[in-house]
Amino acid sequence: MNIKQDEHPLKKVCIICAKGAIEDVYATLVMANGAVMEGIEAKVFFTFFGMDAITKKQMNKLHTSTVGNPAMRMPGGLPFPSLLGALPGVEAGVSAMMMKQMDALDMPPVDEFLDMITAGGGEIYACKLAADMFKLEKEDLTDHVIDIITIGEFYALAGGQNTQIIFT
Amino acid sequence: MATKNIAGVNVDVNEEGYLTDPSQWTKEVAAEIAKEEGIELTDKHFEVLNYLRDENEKGNVLTIRKVGKSGITDIKGLYTLFPGGPLKKSSKIAGIPKPTSCV
Repeated sequence: MNIKQDEHPLKKVCIICAKGAIEDVYATLVMANGAVMEGIEAKVFFTFFGMDAITKKQMNKLHTSTVGNPAMRMPGGLPFPSLLGALPGVEAGVSAMMMKQMDALDMPPVDEFLDMITAGGGEIYACKLAADMFKLEKEDLTDHVIDIITIGEFYALAGGQNTQIIFT
Repeated sequence: MATKNIAGVNVDVNEEGYLTDPSQWTKEVAAEIAKEEGIELTDKHFEVLNYLRDENEKGNVLTIRKVGKSGITDIKGLYTLFPGGPLKKSSKIAGIPKPTSCV
């Protein structure tokens, strides 16, 4: 896209990820990676259930919800019954299928996606409050995480003209 | 679409300066576009450019991840070679269309 003359191009995005379902985490990762690919600075703050995306034990085992998700469809396009989604193993199966479909579009697993973002200069932070709440230490988190910081400290990183904060 | 004289060659470019016909590309054209982007091309750059051109010719969608797995350079290396927009800039210099992927 061409930027119009009277517009100021975006220089920095600060993205906050508070949810841990595949689609929430990937929305964050795609936006962060998309930013660094365009030469836009990206800083990402993971908090609450979003912490799963940067927790070593959980990051590559994210699920999508098969219950209470009205946009969920069967492969043919028919609605996906919530009761079916509640059966054991269904959520895992659907999640695995979704990851496979994304991989075909060159969307990597979470750890590799974080590699890509940090390779482009993107910065990853974890929320202090959430770390305390879930009893997570720095060593429980992936090495991509620069630091565990407060939201106030994250806001301090969001300074400068043409910066946007995005919440997913 | 417009015709632009780059390094003594008349090439067809779109409004963003991407070549619309990859066959009009030469190494000299690449060096000239790279200069506009503030990049001095090295052999490593050309390895990436040739890879991109090959993949484009095969009709494959290009992503940063794919280039990172090409064995030519890793993703960090790609950002170092083409700072501030690795896939976009390298595609422009390689004389292929602007990438349409989000990764």
